[in-house]
Amino acid sequence: MARITAGVGSSHVPLLGVAVDQGKTRDDYFGPIFAGYDWTREWEAKEKPDVIVLVYNDHASAFDMKIVPTFAIGCAERYKPADEGWGPRPVPDVEGHADLAWHIAQSLILDDFDMTIINEMDVDHGLTVPLSMMFGTPEKWPVKVVPLAVNVVTYPVPSGNRCWSLGEAIKRAVESFPEDLNVQIWGTGGMSHQLQGPRAGLLNREWDNKFLDLLIGDSDAARWIPHIEYLRETGSEGIEMVMWLIMRGALGHKTRLLHRHYHIPCSNTAIGHIVLEPAD
Amino acid sequence: MTDPNMTAHRATAARRNIHEYLAELEDIPGTRVYTAARARRGYHINQFAMSLMKAENRDRFRADEAAYMNEWPLTDEAKDALKARDYNRLLDLGGNVYFLSKLFSTDGLSFAEAVSTMTDMTFPEYRDMMLNGGRSPIGVRSIKGGY
Repeated sequence: MARITAGVGSSHVPLLGVAVDQGKTRDDYFGPIFAGYDWTREWEAKEKPDVIVLVYNDHASAFDMKIVPTFAIGCAERYKPADEGWGPRPVPDVEGHADLAWHIAQSLILDDFDMTIINEMDVDHGLTVPLSMMFGTPEKWPVKVVPLAVNVVTYPVPSGNRCWSLGEAIKRAVESFPEDLNVQIWGTGGMSHQLQGPRAGLLNREWDNKFLDLLIGDSDAARWIPHIEYLRETGSEGIEMVMWLIMRGALGHKTRLLHRHYHIPCSNTAIGHIVLEPAD
Repeated sequence: MTDPNMTAHRATAARRNIHEYLAELEDIPGTRVYTAARARRGYHINQFAMSLMKAENRDRFRADEAAYMNEWPLTDEAKDALKARDYNRLLDLGGNVYFLSKLFSTDGLSFAEAVSTMTDMTFPEYRDMMLNGGRSPIGVRSIKGGY
């Protein structure tokens, strides 16, 4: 049977992709950020997951305002890196796992999550930057990916509670897939940042770290944090952290911390990173 | 999370009053949350900006901004704000930063530099603020509450 063996949380700031693509990951600015991912790159090389369920948000790349799906799952065989206006990132195409993705989609719908199914799309920095952070610059990504796109742009975005419950349903879906697969779930985006208006540049180290604390152990307090608290405390784009709750919800009742990293700033954003395993 | 009363959160989460929810979103200083009302108002601004993801459209826009904008059902107000790159005004008119970022890239601006134009700081001042830990949330969490 397939099983979820670990969860990873990570920011997905586009500038990190630029640093990787231009070979600047060890300079004075980016060095301290990337050093916090060294542990994870070594760990991933040993863990050798087969598939990543990668929770992210599209930043006006694959989706425009014509259609705004709240939860969408990629069921395609492969995905190309999107041209976000600066040209596509020079990274490998992303290989899907269509069998598992369709299984999860069907299972989620039967479990009362009315998913949007995507058969063709390009994937932007929200998905490719985490792959670069965890796997570096291989010729070919060493994993297959099931993209799970969440609307965190147009309000109302899904509640933390709904995201956590979706994670729980993803766990049930993966565990009912007959093939023996090592599956990880990644929640990406955040942490505190605000990219708009006179309040732009807001960061909140203290709140971000309390949020990381809440993901560890058997508390489910984070699922009840209301939208307004993310907005007030972590900036308008800090709301992306609800996507980490999908990852946390998929790890079961209790988690154990394997690795944690936090750094300010990267461009406009606080970088947060955590690696958890189920501890039930 | 800072609110110790998790029971209250649960009750609120169970059935949220939409009017209270939407009113709260307007209570954050210096912030335009991308609500349905803004998304409706700014639809054509955002779809126009989205079109700049294609290199050929960027070239046409750069060659004659006014002519390119005239191909879109934009109000004069929106066209003026776009021409002036007045991003705070564009947020008021329903623009969203992820869509407007296609205009940043068309202009060859980094995300941080474009974002800094929405604050009362120059880009070097903004960059220094970020290097020094960013903007503190103290005093800018709530208009009504003033905290």
